[in-house]
Amino acid sequence: MHALAATWWTVLRISLEERLVYRGDFALSTLMRFLPIVTQIFLWAAVFSATTKTEIAGYRYEEFVAYYLLTMITRAFSSMPGLASGIARDIRDGTVKKYLIQPIDMLGFLLAYRIAHKLVYYVVALGPFALVFFLCRGFFDGWPAPHMMAAYVASLVMAFLLGFFLEATIGMIGFWFLEVSSLLFVYMLFNFFFSGHMFPIDMLPGIWGELVRMLPLQYLAYFPSAVFLGKVTGVELARGLLVQLGWVVFFIVTSRLAFHFGVRRYSGYGG
Amino acid sequence: MHAHPSYFRVFLTFARNSLVRDMTFRGNFLIDTFSSMSWVFMNLGFYVLIFHYTPMIGAGSGWGKYQFFLFLATTLLVNSLVQMFFMINVDEFSELIRTGSLDFALLKPIDTQFVISLQRIQWSSLGNFALGLTLIGYSLFQVGALPGPTQVVLYPLYVACGVAILYSLMIGLAATSVWLVRNQSLFDFWFYITNFSRYPMEIYRGTFGTPLRWFFSFIIPVLVVVNVPARLLARPLYPESAADWGLPVFTLFATLASLLVSRWVFNRALLSYRSASS
Repeated sequence: MHALAATWWTVLRISLEERLVYRGDFALSTLMRFLPIVTQIFLWAAVFSATTKTEIAGYRYEEFVAYYLLTMITRAFSSMPGLASGIARDIRDGTVKKYLIQPIDMLGFLLAYRIAHKLVYYVVALGPFALVFFLCRGFFDGWPAPHMMAAYVASLVMAFLLGFFLEATIGMIGFWFLEVSSLLFVYMLFNFFFSGHMFPIDMLPGIWGELVRMLPLQYLAYFPSAVFLGKVTGVELARGLLVQLGWVVFFIVTSRLAFHFGVRRYSGYGG
Repeated sequence: MHAHPSYFRVFLTFARNSLVRDMTFRGNFLIDTFSSMSWVFMNLGFYVLIFHYTPMIGAGSGWGKYQFFLFLATTLLVNSLVQMFFMINVDEFSELIRTGSLDFALLKPIDTQFVISLQRIQWSSLGNFALGLTLIGYSLFQVGALPGPTQVVLYPLYVACGVAILYSLMIGLAATSVWLVRNQSLFDFWFYITNFSRYPMEIYRGTFGTPLRWFFSFIIPVLVVVNVPARLLARPLYPESAADWGLPVFTLFATLASLLVSRWVFNRALLSYRSASS
């Protein structure tokens, strides 16, 4: 147990140091990531100006802007740049065998590495995020109630875990198909549009909305933001959190199984 | 033996080589084509959704559903042309600087900017180009307006201007990697800047919007890239006010200025280039 904790601590420390090397570049690119929101603010102002409605799909103009800003936070938790493609690359070029001969668990290592990267990201990104949210405070009605805040934090943590294990599972498909880049592209495309990153999924009418709500993707962007804005409450909130937890467990198990059966097929190319 | 190489023939060779290369990996070519097209369809879906809730983008702006589709189609045409001719090349340019392989381009008896910019043609972007043309046809049919002779002549001209402005911005930014070496955020920067060009300029208004519109029209002219040709089709050039004439005239000037400035930056960058490795 102690050895495991020491391993985790070492991985965490190495990753922290690695990540802090380019902190200037990092803070700048974080700030720039908010630029598309500027155009979204103007776009939605223009959309609302042409209609007599004060609400679209249950969202006022201010709520739309607040939604996009909150999605940035959710994505900071759930997005895993390079995870799936990294796993697939390790499988293809044979690097994955280091996990097979060293007493270290691949998923555990990657998780610790990712947590460290995210922690550094939050420390560096806190400044730019605080600045943007302070400037945009007029779009928010105020803080949610304490129990809603707790639910929000829980959904964010689960968004991180879901993002990690979902992408890890996709990366492991590399054991069966060596090249997964086009598959990843399709995943990214779906993720962008159906996770709620591009628009609140409440906007989707009829069967489309129902279909998208059945996917786990909504928990990667839409759900936490909607919880913060008070769009999901009571029984619906409890059910949402449970379903999210269910998806997390599902993908933990699936990624484990994929790794277990994957390494049996694996034939270790490369030097 | 010609003293000057025939640029057109060199370009044709580039185009043929790229086509041969693309056709060698036919499966990959098809996947590239369809994946970028599916991105367009998703984006189109987003706007169909928006017009499900509003009749127009911007009160009184004239950008109704099909007018806006003409705008989207124009964005698609400009971007697919930029992707087809310049995107991979400019992307590789900063890599050439970093690795020192730019030496090989410098040694060739032909203009360096020409070789750098057009070496590889991405034929798979043709899919998006065709999609753009189809969308224009469909939207014009829905609007019920046939383009007049002025539009038929001026629209391609202004699309070309848009391509030239975006290209200038891209090559100019990439050239700065001579001084900065690591320029990943710069490319992101290009993406974020051009993001402003994807919407009708009427949406930028108010205390922050007006200066923003001004800045992106006259200082970094990305707003005229799509707006001017798209307006030409969607809201035919009625000389309602001086501004309606001013912008197209300004666009010609902006195109020329962008090309000249980026050429200057490119040449300055080459002067500062010191080869890497041996």
